[in-house]
Amino acid sequence: MKLEIKEKFIEKTLLLIAFSSILILALIASFIFGEGLPFIWKIGAIDFLFGERWVPSHGEFGILPMIVGSFLVTFGALLLGIPLGLACAVFLCEWTPPQAAMVLRPAIQLLAAIPSVIYGFWGLVVLVPLVRNYLGGPGLSIFSGSVILGFMILPTIISISEDSLRALPPSYKAGGLALGATHWQTIWRVLVPAAKSGIVASVILGMGRAIGETMAMIMILGNAVKMPSSFLDSARTLTTNIGIEMGYASGDHRQALFATGVILFFIIMILNSSAIVLSRRRGS
Amino acid sequence: MRSNRLRFYTQSLAKILIWIAALSTIAVMILILFQILAEGLPILRLSFFLESPKSMGREGGILTTIIGTIALTVVAIIVATPLGVGTAIFLREYTRESQVSRIIRFGTDCLAGVPSIIFGLFGFVFFVIFLNMGWSILSGGLTLAAMILPTIICTTEEAIKTIPYSYREVSYSLGGTKWQTVTRAILPSALPGIFTGIILSVGRSIGETAAIILTAGSSLVMPNSLFSPIRTMAVHFYILAREGISMEMAYGTGAALILLVLFINTIANWLLNRYIRHRS
Amino acid sequence: MDKIRSTKLQVPNSKQIPMTKILKLKQSLSNPPPAYRQAGNPPFLKGGEGGFLEFGIWRLGFLLFLLCVSITVGCQRSKAGITVAGSTSVEPFAELLAEEYMIHHPHSHIYVQGGGSTAGIEAVRSHAADIGMSSRSLMGGEKRLYAVIIAKDAIAITVHPKNLVQGLPLVKVRDVFSGKIRNWKELGGHDHPIILVTREEGSGTREAFQKLVMGEEEISLEALVQDSNGAIRQVVSSDPNTIGYISLGLVNEKVKALEVSGVEPSIKNIESGRYHLVRPFLFVLNAEPTGESKAFIDFVMSPKAQKLLSKEGLVSILSKSSGG
Repeated sequence: MKLEIKEKFIEKTLLLIAFSSILILALIASFIFGEGLPFIWKIGAIDFLFGERWVPSHGEFGILPMIVGSFLVTFGALLLGIPLGLACAVFLCEWTPPQAAMVLRPAIQLLAAIPSVIYGFWGLVVLVPLVRNYLGGPGLSIFSGSVILGFMILPTIISISEDSLRALPPSYKAGGLALGATHWQTIWRVLVPAAKSGIVASVILGMGRAIGETMAMIMILGNAVKMPSSFLDSARTLTTNIGIEMGYASGDHRQALFATGVILFFIIMILNSSAIVLSRRRGS
Repeated sequence: MRSNRLRFYTQSLAKILIWIAALSTIAVMILILFQILAEGLPILRLSFFLESPKSMGREGGILTTIIGTIALTVVAIIVATPLGVGTAIFLREYTRESQVSRIIRFGTDCLAGVPSIIFGLFGFVFFVIFLNMGWSILSGGLTLAAMILPTIICTTEEAIKTIPYSYREVSYSLGGTKWQTVTRAILPSALPGIFTGIILSVGRSIGETAAIILTAGSSLVMPNSLFSPIRTMAVHFYILAREGISMEMAYGTGAALILLVLFINTIANWLLNRYIRHRS
Repeated sequence: MDKIRSTKLQVPNSKQIPMTKILKLKQSLSNPPPAYRQAGNPPFLKGGEGGFLEFGIWRLGFLLFLLCVSITVGCQRSKAGITVAGSTSVEPFAELLAEEYMIHHPHSHIYVQGGGSTAGIEAVRSHAADIGMSSRSLMGGEKRLYAVIIAKDAIAITVHPKNLVQGLPLVKVRDVFSGKIRNWKELGGHDHPIILVTREEGSGTREAFQKLVMGEEEISLEALVQDSNGAIRQVVSSDPNTIGYISLGLVNEKVKALEVSGVEPSIKNIESGRYHLVRPFLFVLNAEPTGESKAFIDFVMSPKAQKLLSKEGLVSILSKSSGG
């Protein structure tokens, strides 16, 4: 009897422990929403989301420039990350001489492991002057941010895409080649479309990571509050908005930053849920 | 005939582009590492690691930041591992795929996607202010624990997944209860996987900055309790680099950071490989 | 996450488990089944010969419990030492002072923390910190707090050393930062758009700048924003087309401080009052300082500490006042 009670007890304890991640999520959501939602109620969601001026000292809290900034930086990062990432994934999967794999794989793992402050620092010291001198503008711009962010999300895209490609049944490739297609044609028209859902999942995860990046972006983007009008303009993302002003904010300003966090939270949840749905569908 | 040759030209072109892509990825990684290590390695003398920062970080070493990094990581692991392993055990051993397990998995996946600045906000508002822990190792460590929880759950689950069902069969047939099966048959075999998850998490926590600044503070003083604020190496690097206090020290800290991350990464990969070989 | 899920940890094809493992397992489970239906303690529940892990988990659980207890107990935080939090402009100097102080008082701990003037004042109000640092005068409700001016700091308008401009009248500075003047050639420099650099909203330095220079005008929304004086200095020192404001104490040979309305920002001019872009560095407390806080503040106001501050570029002040 005693044994059964003990077993039941352990099972219930484990059930509680298992809910810890949900609990933490709920805590995070409740605190962030608790501070941010009342603020959105107060000044009106339309004014908040579509206002173009962020001037807390005057009580103006429009985050549209930040939303646009996040969007542009992420878009630029994907522009760099998807072709490069897909190419590397295909390379690793199909075309590697063993020596090249031995070099490329550790390189990708390292890229994933490097802390974002180091990326930001490198961008600041190497990339920004280059952009300023050869492309114009202050150098601290969406362009520089996109390049760095692209390299930061590269490992995510590569590893998941590669796994999707590898998971395809060999008959796909054999079939393509048997029909007389060249290697490349097989890859491009058979394998990649077949692995589409995995690749798209990797892209969405990469996007999630890109939107959530803070430190490197604070260092490279320049953080101007105006709506950006070109890739060489400085801009601010939702994350850097919080990161830069959090320490200094109080009262309305702080609540506005939490509200920004709420919006960020929503966006990431939507992105992540779609990635989860897609990858579940691809079958595990 | 022309279209036939075109196919091969396309293939050659594609091959070249892909090689360029792969090479440029390697090149960028080398560039980044080279930049920091070239300037930073000369700074890494033994005294650099053993001395505390003096004069705002202009002189001395990075001892307190090393201690801070270790302290935060240790706290995070101590808190996250039981929770993570427990969750994984529950998901794999105590339930089938049901509403409950779906909810838990959803929660874990979502938690994995939350950006670190949100964790920072949460940690600040919850641990620092609401629970009145102040900027401290505890606040930072607990926030970090929340961040690494999904990783530990995931790797432990994967590790448990690979254990053949026959282990459990044997254990039950020998008369073991569920819990005994878990602790004596399954967990010992899953330990390497769990360990890998821990190492991966350590690698991630070392690079964390945004959340740490908001919860553990940025004090350079040697901590004397779990409630002291502390600066980690990544935060120190960020502050040094931004304030322009001492580029020399910044590079040194950056180099130390990179070497540490490289080391941990190598160990994690070695463990992963060894685990695979061990199983087969 | 997905990456880990899809990493295939290989499983051997054969489902055979080596005999040794089975024997070990059997040993660790001691006596077989019917035992657990009996009343009383089944033999294999006792102790853990093979079950170190089981023991270990209980130990770990106990540790966790202790941790939770210590958290709740420690929530009434009482660590030795004081926390000084607030303006990032004051922070490096406070750190220096704390270092000096702790050399002479080895048993005390002074934790210096950034976060910004406003956050520092908040922290003092909510008792998260003992002393708040502010680089601007107190406003509104904050005036109830007890403040000590520990030094005066000037705001310098800086440009790249290669910039042709040597000085500007205050009005022009205002026009530049509000975006009315947009090209260096209007100021006697070369033909290139002006790139502004400013601190973030909520920074004490920015608020001081706003009050002393901009008055009612807004700083242009196109300005680059950096989160510390040092970062502004970095940006200005690397781009010849930028202009930004930083604490005078941070000006070094990498940037050039402009003359404002013909007055050079030197210590002499600040002390005489000719250069008037000056703001107080404050230590803010809830009430009259006592104990460790008092000892620290007394040290900070001592000639020795003040000399340290002057050496770093601040203007020392040897009188106390409240309310900034």
